Amino acid sequence: MTKLTDLTIAEALKQLGKSEISAHQLTEAHLAAMENARALNAFIVETPELAIARAKAADGHRHRGEAGPLEGIPLAIKDLFCTRGVQTTAGSKILKGFVPTYESTVTANLFRDGAVMLGKANLDEFAMGSSNMTSAYGAVESPWRRKGDNRPLVPGGSSGGSAAAVAARLAPGATGTDTGGSIRQPAAFCGIVGMKPTYGRCSRWGIVAFASSLDQAGPFARTVEDCAIMLKSMAGFDPKDSTSVDLPVPDYQAAVGRSIKGLKIGVPREYRVDGMPAEIDSLWRQGEAWLRDAGAETVEISLPHTRYALATYYIVAPAECSSNLARYDGVRYGLRVPGKDLTELYEGTRAEGFGAEVKRRILIGTYVLSAGYFDAYYIKAQKVRALIARDFEQAFQSCDLVLTPTAPSAAFAIGEKSDDPIAMYLNDVFTVPASLAGLPGISVPAGLDAAGLPLGLQLLGRPFDEETVIAGAAALEKAAAFSAVPQVMAA
Amino acid sequence: MAELIEGQTGQWEMVIGLEVHAQVISKSKLFSGAPTEFGGDPNTQVSLVDAAMPGMLPVLNEYCVEQAVKTGLGLNAQINKLSVFERKNYFYADLPQGYQISQYAHPIVGKGTIEIDLPDGSTRAIGVTRLHLEQDAGKSLHDQHATKTFVDLNRSGVALMEIVSEPDMRSADEAAAYVRKLRTILRYLGTCDGNMDEGSMRCDVNLSVRKPGAPYGTRCEIKNVNSVRYIQAAIEYEARRQIEIIEEGGAIVQETRLWDARQGVTRSMRSKEEAFDYRYFPDPDLLPLELDDAMIERVRLELPELPDAKRRRFMQNSGLSAYDAGVLVAEQARADFYEKVLAGKRDPKIAANWVITELLGALNKSGHDIEQSPISAESLGELLDLLADNTISGRIAKDVFAEMLASGKGAASIVEEKGLRQVTDTGAIDAVIDAVMAKNADKVAEYRSGKDKLFGFFVGQVMRESGGKANPALVNEQLKKKLAG
Amino acid sequence: MSLDAAAVAKIARLARIRLTEEERTHLAAELSSVIGWVEQLQEVNTDGVEPLTSVVGARQRLRPDVVDHSTDREDILANAPEPISGFFGVPKVVE
Repeated sequence: MTKLTDLTIAEALKQLGKSEISAHQLTEAHLAAMENARALNAFIVETPELAIARAKAADGHRHRGEAGPLEGIPLAIKDLFCTRGVQTTAGSKILKGFVPTYESTVTANLFRDGAVMLGKANLDEFAMGSSNMTSAYGAVESPWRRKGDNRPLVPGGSSGGSAAAVAARLAPGATGTDTGGSIRQPAAFCGIVGMKPTYGRCSRWGIVAFASSLDQAGPFARTVEDCAIMLKSMAGFDPKDSTSVDLPVPDYQAAVGRSIKGLKIGVPREYRVDGMPAEIDSLWRQGEAWLRDAGAETVEISLPHTRYALATYYIVAPAECSSNLARYDGVRYGLRVPGKDLTELYEGTRAEGFGAEVKRRILIGTYVLSAGYFDAYYIKAQKVRALIARDFEQAFQSCDLVLTPTAPSAAFAIGEKSDDPIAMYLNDVFTVPASLAGLPGISVPAGLDAAGLPLGLQLLGRPFDEETVIAGAAALEKAAAFSAVPQVMAA
Repeated sequence: MAELIEGQTGQWEMVIGLEVHAQVISKSKLFSGAPTEFGGDPNTQVSLVDAAMPGMLPVLNEYCVEQAVKTGLGLNAQINKLSVFERKNYFYADLPQGYQISQYAHPIVGKGTIEIDLPDGSTRAIGVTRLHLEQDAGKSLHDQHATKTFVDLNRSGVALMEIVSEPDMRSADEAAAYVRKLRTILRYLGTCDGNMDEGSMRCDVNLSVRKPGAPYGTRCEIKNVNSVRYIQAAIEYEARRQIEIIEEGGAIVQETRLWDARQGVTRSMRSKEEAFDYRYFPDPDLLPLELDDAMIERVRLELPELPDAKRRRFMQNSGLSAYDAGVLVAEQARADFYEKVLAGKRDPKIAANWVITELLGALNKSGHDIEQSPISAESLGELLDLLADNTISGRIAKDVFAEMLASGKGAASIVEEKGLRQVTDTGAIDAVIDAVMAKNADKVAEYRSGKDKLFGFFVGQVMRESGGKANPALVNEQLKKKLAG
Repeated sequence: MSLDAAAVAKIARLARIRLTEEERTHLAAELSSVIGWVEQLQEVNTDGVEPLTSVVGARQRLRPDVVDHSTDREDILANAPEPISGFFGVPKVVE
């Protein structure tokens, strides 16, 4: 019998359904795994009592024939989702001890469907980062190690804790958020599946805001099917979110295994960047071959404004975040550093409460919105953004999915790349364009690099066509047959 | 009419613009479902969105949008079918988000006009530049504690309409007239209660001075003028302050000043260097607002008759003077009361006189509004009927009116109870006249020999003897006959 | 576009974040580098292009004017650093 912590969500649901296992057992097993893997620092807060109570309740529901689609499935919840009665920090000192009196819509949806929360997963502070090194609660270690090298590696970011937890089998699934790649990139680094739905698919209500026009909640899991199952619960119209789109949620699980015969897969020539590692390039071509074998057709497409996507993102996202983070001021909640007057209170609280990367982005954002620079930077960036979105619109007239690598490298060591902010920003080069255009995207583990580290392939789809993205991803997943497991796993 | 100020170097003209913040009448706030009532216990009318808790998002109140459209139509303004909410970023204790959701480049309403009524009876058109919707801030109380300021967020998020005038006003009187008229229009529309005491309508004054015909000078903004009287006083003070500076060779610093009512001066606010770079940008939590023609039409059909139109109608149909009509339409409740008194059948001028001089005069003295009148419109109408059919005289009517005010009783019952019916029986009047003439035979003789002035004496005596109830016209008529001999 | 420590100080004041002198110098270099890097957008021809402020093509949805009583003062003050008599306490502001 498979170890409980090796079960996928789909498998666990089957066994729970047949009463072969109980939700209580399943949760206990994962809690034990979490205890053994504390060195990874994947969780900011573990919630074992809450988890056991919910798991028992799930068993009760199932017993009474009231099982929801995720009844009894334990999940790690990125500490960016406000969870009622449980500390929510956004990975920041400024929210240490903050306990929301409300539940985010996405987590409410998951709990409505029976999911069990194991704890709040670690993340880059305020979701800003691609390495999970900026968390005020310590860096997260990837459960992967390079062959013959014991240096701890980053899990990617910002949803590093979520990705590490799923990869290390501490949870079969986790929630993340993706603003510029914060689900897809850590999924690639950790050898798991991660999905960013179309902007507006999942509600942002109750998720600590970073960049409002880009943030989207999404699932991590070890299989495409599991992500589909999670997304079905997470997604849905929310009248409390003005940017939430009122469209019915399809049965995403049904898209898994759907044939991709006749689908056109676009391969954007501009993504073949200078200095791209040969391994990644060859894996990309391998991905094309896999999809052709499954009956799809590959076609070269052009996304001419691709090279400007990062610069666009690093104007728009900081601009929005500089305003979104103004509410963290020591007045109504969170950290307060006393001051002799209000200004001192603000300046001292925010100086101590925010980490370096967050400060950097707030300052960049404040600058690009300030008088005299607004047109040259912010307006200009929003115009380029329009062009990037148009590129995709036009490309999707000749293809149904776009295939790219997810990240320009495998995971790097903790501490590497930390001097130059721009070097860190380049991690997002393949994921950012889809964020700017609001498109759905998924990363599927496709292979290992020479050092034995996971590499991912990304599929992007049309707005609200998650089903085709899932179908394509399932085909890739089947062909890749990625079975490697991390070196550092819970016993 | 420009009111020029005499300075050392010649005459100066004031250029005045007003920015009015009007709280929208609605049940819930602009972007959240918290209630909007005034005066609740601190922080009991605050939603998570108003408190700017992490992860909170705004959703737009449909009724507030309609109220803004209604106001725009009432100001004869252009309604912008596409408008955008933007964030105005700054830090203050009662601004939880660290930004105010407002409208900047694309307001919901564009240019309009207000006709103002000046003391000399003339009118002037003052331009309205725009109207936009925005969130109100909470309240900071600085006087509750020695070393702390207390913040109450009840008001945070309530919908405001910011109405900006063109810099068309040229005197304190014009500014006062503008505020009064705007307030009346808002109250007629039911979009704002115009209560300056409670802060549901606030004015900021923008003022600069110039020699007539010269280009605009540098202006200053004056805040905290929360009554029409203060607006006028602040304008007078600030104009002179600026003139003095310029005449002494200085330059006006563009700044925000506070009106200090106690000292009667404007003071510079502790401005902070480049403090007010608001970094406006479209709010990414909201989508552009698009209004459809059907909605605008529906709101247009719901517009009440506005004060200017009502005044014209009273003047045309009822022959009222501009002044009288103006007094009646200043508050919709007054105009409604008046029309109820008319009930389509009574003399409009007489009714106007009674409502304005007698009723409003009395209510003013006791500090009440027409809504609190102890005499109902129907009741007053009844009194007028008794007057019209000569049941009582004008003098008696005034007494009855006073009694109605005091007791709340109806006119007819008071007349009956006190036996105040006018005496119109010529026989009875003749009897009284005869008695008076008999008692004052000497005066009769004097009158007959030419002392015409004594006629008034006889009238007075007859009225007194009849307890004031004799019909004055008949008394006059009969007295003349009898005295003539 | 190069930023010096004084420019950084101005921006930090707008953002209400206190910086040490060292931070100001360090950030001046970093911000100059990032701003210099994003300047590449000036190369892009954006004539006639409308800025994209939302990928959601729709228009703002409207909510009915209904009062929602679901939050009470306890919720609002639950995480307050200095709740006093139902208010949020802050250092006295002198206007």
